[in-house]
Amino acid sequence: MTPFTYHKPASVADALALLADRPGAMLLGGGTNLVDLMRKGVETPDHLVDVQDLPLGEISETDDGGLRIGALVSNTALAAHDRVRRDYRMLSEATLAGASQQLRNRATTGGNLLQRTRCYYFTEPGYPCNKREPGSGCPAKDGFNRIHAILGESDACIATHPSDMCVAMSALDAVVEITGPGGDRTVPFPDFHLLPGDTPNVETVLEPDEIITAVTLPPPSDLSRQSVYVKVRDRQSYAFALVSVAAGLALGADGQVEDVRLALGGVAHKPWRAFDAESLLRGGPASDDAFRQAGQAIVADATGYGHNDFKIPLAPRTVAVALGKALARAQRASGDAR
Amino acid sequence: MSPPSTVSVTITVNGEAQRLDLDPRASLLDTLRLGLDLNGTKKGCNQGACGACTVLLDGERVNACLVLAVTCDGQKVTTVEGIGMPDNLHPLQDAFVEHDGFQCGYCTPGQIVSGVALLAEAASGQPSVVDVDLSPDSAAQLSDEEISERMSGNICRCGAYPGIRAALRQAAQTIQPARA
Ligand SMILES: Cc1cc2nc3c(=O)[nH]c(=O)nc-3n(C[C@H](O)[C@H](O)[C@H](O)COP(=O)(O)OP(=O)(O)OC[C@H]3O[C@@H](n4cnc5c(N)ncnc54)[C@H](O)[C@@H]3O)c2cc1C
Ligand code: SF4
Ligand code: FES
Ligand code: FES
Repeated sequence: MTPFTYHKPASVADALALLADRPGAMLLGGGTNLVDLMRKGVETPDHLVDVQDLPLGEISETDDGGLRIGALVSNTALAAHDRVRRDYRMLSEATLAGASQQLRNRATTGGNLLQRTRCYYFTEPGYPCNKREPGSGCPAKDGFNRIHAILGESDACIATHPSDMCVAMSALDAVVEITGPGGDRTVPFPDFHLLPGDTPNVETVLEPDEIITAVTLPPPSDLSRQSVYVKVRDRQSYAFALVSVAAGLALGADGQVEDVRLALGGVAHKPWRAFDAESLLRGGPASDDAFRQAGQAIVADATGYGHNDFKIPLAPRTVAVALGKALARAQRASGDAR
Repeated sequence: MSPPSTVSVTITVNGEAQRLDLDPRASLLDTLRLGLDLNGTKKGCNQGACGACTVLLDGERVNACLVLAVTCDGQKVTTVEGIGMPDNLHPLQDAFVEHDGFQCGYCTPGQIVSGVALLAEAASGQPSVVDVDLSPDSAAQLSDEEISERMSGNICRCGAYPGIRAALRQAAQTIQPARA
């Protein structure tokens, strides 16, 4: 690990000042991703600003009945929160489907958003990698790419964003709260992470001198209460998603799809919110056929790179399974078990 | 750049306050093993992927290999040595012996610390992904599927999983952990 100085500010203002005064500084959350990457030589901060003492550890209700999740709330506390379990079920399921209890206890909400890809080449500085060293090349395209992207990738990079929690937050239309030298701003979750394009080293809209302070959830609905997260992986627990789907359905009086939310993990450089498939489903039948067609539409332009070809048929199947489960929950909730 | 100076912290380890001058790069795992000679906690992968290094930090289980020791100033750490020693084994340690919950034993300290935490988590109603609606009152209510899911952060290369589950089932019936 390269040397760094360690700072533990007690206020957000002090943390911002540290970031502003010290180029090469990085924020340290739970450290479950950053410490690993520092040890591997992928991240080499000159200064670490530990966020642990910042007053950002609470989950509170917003004026409109939504929830505000402080950036320091652990993955464990988020998933166990009564209202998250009851009102935003997919978020509790997605968060609990990630990592292990040990890691979730330590991992923060802010850190989960900013975690880096698990691309094997990215995490091994001995290899070229456009994300780590812009312009050096992308060995994954012709190399080992079983865990890589099939949607939205670029010539420069085919990495995926590994988070489960973020897939649910994208589907739930969460909002990221950010503070920086220029003041506070908010970013809709689906716009927070970026596609790789020509600059895969730039992964989010967050600037190096900014801090995530919270993620807010809009008021709950039947859809969010009955929502579901389905994760497909190489082993049943403690493994990253190959493909995952967060889904929620609301049924109209006629049993048609009144509203729907759909996002995929493991397929792209960011949580993949499937807006087009949502439009296809809205107002149509809540049938297995419709679910499969929506899934097919998502992968219509997908590209496989060899080892990850299996994701192209797997993604629509997982979409259909997730929507089927969301439908069962919606029907159970309305007492209509047709 | 010149190497950073050390940082002084106080960490309470197994009930004893330890004043330490730390290189900020030192992990909690290396600090316990090399600095404090507590070798019970094991280093498997050193990257969060195996659970051999599991300790309790302020009562919660964490991977000590991914925790920088400087961040623990003022906190309490419990290692397997603080759970039970040969002359006063914790009931879960007894259960591991009785049910052959290990073969080579390398993963065992992590399994024990993790299992002790699991009992407390279940008693405090923490859900797992198996069923987020379920708020258990104690680990005694957990199915084998639940136990496996909740212990998935501890890998056993020898595959002693059936014995580990059996030990946890027994301990869950006999131990009433203090509510977290
Ligand atoms: C073996 C293993 C398995 C895993 N499995 C899964 C899995 O299945 N699913 C899954 O989703 N995740 C998984 N994870 C990843 C885990 O969820 C992340 O490591 C964790 O969420 C990161 O949170 P942290 O607080 O530890 O972040 P850190 O490691 O502390 O930081 C990560 C990044 O976030 C930045 N940061 C932290 N806080 C803030 C803030 N408030 N504002 C701005 N930037 C900030 C840091 O500067 C850093 O760049 C796994 C990790 C490991 C090691
Ligand atoms: S896929 Fe992206 S992260 Fe992986 S080697 Fe290529 S450029 Fe690097
Ligand atoms: S040594 Fe820490 S998880 Fe493997
Ligand atoms: S007993 Fe050998 S690794 Fe678990």
